[in-house]
Amino acid sequence: MSRPGDADSSITRASGHLHRFLTEAWRLQPLYVSLYAILLSLLIGGVLISLIGVNPLTAYWALLRGMVGDGERLAGSLARSVPFIGSALALALPFRAGLFNIGAEGQLLAGGLTAAYVGALSWMSDLPGGIAIPLIIIAGTMGGAVWGGIPGVLRTKTGAHEVISTIMLNSVVLFAARWMVGSRDPVVLRDTESTVPRTDPISDTAVLPELVDSQPVLHTGLFALLGLCFVVAFMLNRTNFGFEIATVGLNPHAAHYSGMNVNRVIVLAMAAAGACAGLAAASEISGTNGHFQPGTFFLMGFDGIAIALLARTKPVAVIAAALLWGSMLSGAPLMQQEADMSIDVVRIIQALVLLFVAADAVVRYLFRVHEQGQSPFRATSVEGAA
Amino acid sequence: MANSVLEVDNVTKTFPGVVANEDVSLTLNEGEIHCLLGENGAGKSTLVNMVFGLYRPDRGTIRVRGQDAHFEDSGDAIARGIGMVHQHFQLIPVFTVAENIILGNEVTKGALLDLAAARRQIHALAERYGLAVDPDATVGDLSVGEQQRVELVKALFRDADILILDEPTAVLTPGEVDDFFGVVQSLTQQGKSIIFITHKLREVLAVADRITVLRAGRVVGSTTAEGTTQQSLANLMVGRDVVFQVEKTTAQPGAAAMQTRGLRVQDDRGLETVTGLDMEVRSGEIFGIAGVEGNGQRELVEAVCGMRPATGGRVEMLGRDTTDWNPRRVNELGVAHIPENRSKHGVVAQYSIADNLVLNRYSQTKFSRRGVRNTSAIDTEAAALMEQFDVRATGASAALSTLSGGNQQKVVVARELTGDLRILVVAQPTRGLDVGSIEFIHRQIIELRDRGAAVLLVSAELDEIMALSDRIGVMYRGRLAATVDAADATREELGLLMATGSSSATDREQQ
Ligand SMILES: Nc1ncnc2c1ncn2[C@@H]1O[C@H](COP(=O)(O)OP(=O)(O)OP(=O)(O)O)[C@@H](O)[C@H]1O
Ligand SMILES: [Mg+2]
Repeated sequence: MSRPGDADSSITRASGHLHRFLTEAWRLQPLYVSLYAILLSLLIGGVLISLIGVNPLTAYWALLRGMVGDGERLAGSLARSVPFIGSALALALPFRAGLFNIGAEGQLLAGGLTAAYVGALSWMSDLPGGIAIPLIIIAGTMGGAVWGGIPGVLRTKTGAHEVISTIMLNSVVLFAARWMVGSRDPVVLRDTESTVPRTDPISDTAVLPELVDSQPVLHTGLFALLGLCFVVAFMLNRTNFGFEIATVGLNPHAAHYSGMNVNRVIVLAMAAAGACAGLAAASEISGTNGHFQPGTFFLMGFDGIAIALLARTKPVAVIAAALLWGSMLSGAPLMQQEADMSIDVVRIIQALVLLFVAADAVVRYLFRVHEQGQSPFRATSVEGAA
Repeated sequence: MANSVLEVDNVTKTFPGVVANEDVSLTLNEGEIHCLLGENGAGKSTLVNMVFGLYRPDRGTIRVRGQDAHFEDSGDAIARGIGMVHQHFQLIPVFTVAENIILGNEVTKGALLDLAAARRQIHALAERYGLAVDPDATVGDLSVGEQQRVELVKALFRDADILILDEPTAVLTPGEVDDFFGVVQSLTQQGKSIIFITHKLREVLAVADRITVLRAGRVVGSTTAEGTTQQSLANLMVGRDVVFQVEKTTAQPGAAAMQTRGLRVQDDRGLETVTGLDMEVRSGEIFGIAGVEGNGQRELVEAVCGMRPATGGRVEMLGRDTTDWNPRRVNELGVAHIPENRSKHGVVAQYSIADNLVLNRYSQTKFSRRGVRNTSAIDTEAAALMEQFDVRATGASAALSTLSGGNQQKVVVARELTGDLRILVVAQPTRGLDVGSIEFIHRQIIELRDRGAAVLLVSAELDEIMALSDRIGVMYRGRLAATVDAADATREELGLLMATGSSSATDREQQ
């Protein structure tokens, strides 16, 4: 008979290894709360599913296969996740400056609309792809940046809080886009040949190359957004501008004293956030849709908030969080087919994740996780009161 | 023998990498004032925080009136009759005095607050101990001294009979300090026992019944006020001979390095507190500004350093019109600024020491290339500065918030006193510093002057102004009421000028 003591110590040793792996190799320490929040949400979701009378394991198994069951599903999940990366960065980046950008929803629309407009310009078809594609991407990025910069300017000039102004600007651009794309008299941006409201199709030369013909299509926008995460991480953690952003976020008085231009930092951080959303929108217009429809980005900005918080606003962690988020959405239909569970179960689980991440005291208490700083410049935090 | 109300018995407390207290013992007798002395970082705040239940000791026991105390939090300590006034007040500025005092200990009538009863009790307390507070004033409008009285009343309101005062006098003007000691005396006469932390040895000798000196977390001596002198206390604290009066040669002033002409500045509330000020600071001299707090000193300093716009008049530095320049431009001209309010302006508490040491220089080519930070250069610089300025910490990567108050100040001073300085603007440079560090920083300022820098010194500490300055301007209602030669100035004369803005004796140099 094996001695229980042995098993016990080997388990502690194994979990010790896992712990070291998590802390050192991956520097996941600040993400414990998120990992445990996901675990907790899946548990509660499982209870819900079994209350309905379905075996949660069956449902989750179907969900998992829907997410990563075969190559095509995996590609579809990836494709679904890609734009979330941009919308999550739109929250994560200005968060360091102490700004809460609720405006990714509108910044996606502004970026998408600009990209679709530029992509459909008649002379675009004369350009080689090597020029047309960067052009459409840059256009969308700029569109998002401008729309993101506006609340920054409002904040510095009038003191209007960015939470309020971004929410209002979301509505402004949504209704403006609906009108521009929907109106037949006058025709603004509507494709008059189409029965549904949408813009003219973009030029073939401005279409991002496809990687996998999945559902939705996986295209090279993936690389743009993955790259963006590392660029943003580098910018926040290693550059002077990132240092300024963090200082403004932690102590704006000290930032002013030390000669930083606080207003400039606020405007630029918001514009950069809008640019992230705009890039995501442009990559979708160019690689997936080929035209702009107001409904395309519905809820994508708000999901971005949840994803960014799940990633504890760390840009590189955003990749993992966005992949999880997007692939759950993309895997849900198979769960519906096989286990007869409504797709909404996934939404409920996601809502629980957000709840636990936002109200992280619950998770910290349950799993005894200690407080951890958000800023890379924060020194390794030391426990305060014992 | 007097009864002891509080006994700390062989208490040890460590933080990661530091032993903040090691086998510390201390006894507080009923009705006595027990002074706790020690260098910056010696462990004084840590010790009293344990007594107040904010930290838990690793080892050792704390007994209150003979009973073991295992405080979970400060609520437990308050319940046992312990009150504490922290160096950084814990008041809510938008509440009235009465509201602040009853907060967390509300007097109620049914479900409603009984403010009238609270007010009566506050009046009674104020009367009894000679603590003048107006229960209906808004705390944000009060001077620092008044706020401190509110903190005291707050502790007394909770029936504290053991009072812990952590550096209460660091932020007070000399007049307020005298009032404060009056209050402290009346408290002990009525049976309260007090632990009192300060760096000012004169105060220690004036009020203490007993004195305990800490060094590097250990008790190195315990004595009575009669049995000691300032010098021996200082030597005991620091572990070497301390020089009180910095040696200083006569100034060799050059041309005017900084000038203001008719300068007008408003404070945060939009009131004009600098009202047409003319001032001249020459290179190679220390120009001290004395004055009762609130006469425009703060706004003057902020305007000169580019942190606050002038509403009228001009500032000139090194021959350039620098009126309304931003802080970066002013700094790049060779102007350093040690701000009065360290935690608000001077540091980012969550940053490492290293990042705080380059807070305003991070964009220089030495510390970054093409906008990318050169962390190894920053760390090297930080290590050197910490060595040079004797910043006591576990390392350059430690969070600033884990440093003792005095060591945080040293970080700011170290950052500002390096580089190619032409002008130094410094407000309250030694607030909260121990005698050894004061000596060190004074020496640095004088050395800077001797290298030809112009120094504008603002301090509430008249002794500091008189010891360091070559010329002294007395600020009264937003202007210089008089400028006198430091060599001829007397405490009495300056005091009169500060209080009334005029003195017949100083007509000779009136501007
Ligand atoms: N929360 C903390 N984490 C880590 N180290 C700490 C913490 N608090 C204090 N220390 C360290 O413990 C030591 C004692 O600090 P303490 O604040 O008690 O000093 P002090 O005697 O009050 O000094 P000062 O006169 O400068 O206020 C210092 O080395 C300080 O850096
Ligand atoms: Mg202290």
